[in-house]
Amino acid sequence: MKQFAALFNALDQTTKTKPKVAALAAFFAEAPEADRVWTIAMFSGRRPRRAVTTTKLREWAAEVAGIPLWLFEEAYPIVGDLAETVTLVLPPADTVSNQGLTQWIDTIRALSDQPEEVRKSVIQDAWTQLEPTERFLFNKLITGGFRIGISQKLMTRALAQATDKDEAELAHRLMGDWDPAQTSWHDLIEAEDSAAGASRPYPFYLAYALEDAPEALGAPQDWQAEWKWDGIRGQVILREGQHFVWSRGEELMTDRFPELARAADFLPMGTVLDGELLVWGEDGPQSFNALQKRIGRKTVPKKLLQEAPVCLYAYDLLEEHGEDLRGLPFSERRARLEALCSALPPESAVRLAPQVPFETWEDLATTRLTAREVQAEGLMLKRADSPYLVGRKKGDWWKWKLDPLTIDAVMIYAQSGHGRRANLFTDFTFAVRNGDDLVPFTKAYSGLTDDEFRKITAWVKKNTLQRFGPVRQVTPEHVFEIAFEGIQASTRHKSGVALRFPRMSRWRHDKPVGEANTLDDLKEMLNTYG
Amino acid sequence: MPALTFTDRGIYCAAGDFYIDPWRPVDRALITHGHADHARPGMGRYLCTDIAAPVLRHRLGDINIETVPYGATLTLGAAQVSFHPAGHVPGSAQIRVEVKGEVWVCSGDYKIENDGLSTPFEPVRCHHFITESTFGLPVFRWQPQADVAHQINSWWAACVAQGKTPMLGAYSLGKAQRLLTMLDPSIGPILTHGAVENTNAVLRAQGVTLPDTLHVTPDMTGKDHPNALVIAPPGALGADWAKRFGTVETGFASGWMALRGIRRRRGGDRGFVISDHADWPGLLSAIKETEAENIYVTHGYTEIFTRYLNEAGWTAAVVSTEYEGDSLETESAA
Repeated sequence: MKQFAALFNALDQTTKTKPKVAALAAFFAEAPEADRVWTIAMFSGRRPRRAVTTTKLREWAAEVAGIPLWLFEEAYPIVGDLAETVTLVLPPADTVSNQGLTQWIDTIRALSDQPEEVRKSVIQDAWTQLEPTERFLFNKLITGGFRIGISQKLMTRALAQATDKDEAELAHRLMGDWDPAQTSWHDLIEAEDSAAGASRPYPFYLAYALEDAPEALGAPQDWQAEWKWDGIRGQVILREGQHFVWSRGEELMTDRFPELARAADFLPMGTVLDGELLVWGEDGPQSFNALQKRIGRKTVPKKLLQEAPVCLYAYDLLEEHGEDLRGLPFSERRARLEALCSALPPESAVRLAPQVPFETWEDLATTRLTAREVQAEGLMLKRADSPYLVGRKKGDWWKWKLDPLTIDAVMIYAQSGHGRRANLFTDFTFAVRNGDDLVPFTKAYSGLTDDEFRKITAWVKKNTLQRFGPVRQVTPEHVFEIAFEGIQASTRHKSGVALRFPRMSRWRHDKPVGEANTLDDLKEMLNTYG
Repeated sequence: MPALTFTDRGIYCAAGDFYIDPWRPVDRALITHGHADHARPGMGRYLCTDIAAPVLRHRLGDINIETVPYGATLTLGAAQVSFHPAGHVPGSAQIRVEVKGEVWVCSGDYKIENDGLSTPFEPVRCHHFITESTFGLPVFRWQPQADVAHQINSWWAACVAQGKTPMLGAYSLGKAQRLLTMLDPSIGPILTHGAVENTNAVLRAQGVTLPDTLHVTPDMTGKDHPNALVIAPPGALGADWAKRFGTVETGFASGWMALRGIRRRRGGDRGFVISDHADWPGLLSAIKETEAENIYVTHGYTEIFTRYLNEAGWTAAVVSTEYEGDSLETESAA
């Protein structure tokens, strides 16, 4: 664990990318192979199953620290991280352990079958043997969330440095459904890749937002346009008689979207499609709001399957007859996709996403303004000769979204954030006016600068009217412009609307509360854009 | 009537007709130490320790100031008053006030560990103890100063080995001088920002021994003084002022660096956990040693700390003041 703790400290003690990659690369070259595999697993979002509830962890930590539980609970939001709070309240370790990362992980994995007293004693005993950084990492392993500021991209780059292998190839190897407890370093990184699992997806190619006018991209005939859909980016894989559905977040969602099982009846094995998972209604793609009901449901009741049927709106073909097509130009992949999908019946649950024809950039700009009418967020621009790259890359693919909708709203509640935003008020509830009342209609967390967050934090502390646990009701005084991508009717919200991607786009110091928008304004937006 | 009362101008002693660390202009102010939230301009007369006085004059200009050594007893009206070391910064005091056998101690800001620079904290027995709680949560637990010194010097040496200039952000009064005494001058020269150097000059003039430092002048660059470490107020680290030193690594020295979220938000490379305020065990041991039954908590995590003290058997209350201690907001602004 000491070696892993040293790696963590090296990563944590710099804000610069180069030394981070160097520290990781050195670790991948020197650490025991099993530790490397677990490190890759953790930095790509895989982790041992949670062995205890966080409630128990808090109780056990408070007990060892000799403090009342309420005091621990007060300290936690101030620290902003549970594993760290536990680390800080415990008395210093009194012995030293030389167990490695994998051994500690094995210890934690073995806990899930144990009765509670055993778990408690193993964990409390571990705390007495670990240095502060080791203890923090141990707690992170127990609590699950291992987000420590290292992206998968950065980790893959370091792995490429350490192994002299191609970064894109490594990114592909690390995709999919592998279990770090059952996978050796050799199999994961070094072995000939023919034994790749049938379920393994390709790394997604992601677009940057287009900031300037599209004219800067060059001749319009070199480009192809599609609507940018507002669903879940997904990959559907048909291999070896099975089918798999992956989300962009590398989550296996096959069971959540059982409709796609039918795809195997209409498409040949050895096919991989990239597209958007959407709810399909009578008049075509539905809003994200419709999909919301399906997300987070691991099993889907029949009724919901009928109400909100999901399909893949396919816009790229990554594999055909088992052959990786990613190196082909987009226009060629598109032609093959059309040949494969244009005649599919609705029950296949795969539909061909149309292209948006255009002659000039002006044409396309006009078309873009109608995106909301087809439930799209804007346009995607793809260079006709572009290969399918790995990750977010500039140049060949651009998303050209509609300008957001905006509304001026009054801040009425504030709550502090977590992690890097602990101790700052960053999570706010906003209201619109309705006569003399203020009707809450959305929350927003982002869009302000660190300096603005500091200013509003100081203000919230001095202008708290009431506390409800961590939430503070504040004097209605500040008006913020809220930007959002869409608006839908909602029965779950008091205001009757739900916003898509709300964020604070501007602090309207110039506007008094009396000039904030009203509930009627909001309803009108719902009528126009909902 | 209690010997001390809490007013909207500050902590007031009616028997002696004086205030302690007032935040509005009054005739007579007894000052615990020279930080801006405790020593404010506009008072008719000031009274502080002889060691604290030069900094007060430096910061507040031409003021009417009387001084008293630690431990000496003064009679002010019907009150007996004495100043006792608080260990916070050089000259900082806890002020003891006795009226008709009732003893109060107002501790200002304090820390327990001997930093080798300030006169070490001495517990003073009393009936009523007024305390800060800047770090009044069980997550704050300081390491010995020698350990932190080792961390900072290792960082300095590592920066030098990589051809980088380490820049350490610290308060210009107190923390900066404490760090100076912790640095290992065999690694290289110590350069200081003007705000730090001014305070150094005041302290040196009154006989405090500090290691040699070089004031960073407008024409100086990083190349003039290889292997150097720079100490500056936190706000100067990201500023244009810092650009002359080429490739820099930044570090912040503060108790808040104990929290990873705050460290990351600061955007510095390193955070060194060192504070001139008492940590959780320090606050509790200080309170125990006063043997006071009544505790008044003036600033910091006042509500949480007060609740804890009440559950643990003291009679504690939150007192509203305008002291900030080492608040996160002032840190960010500094």
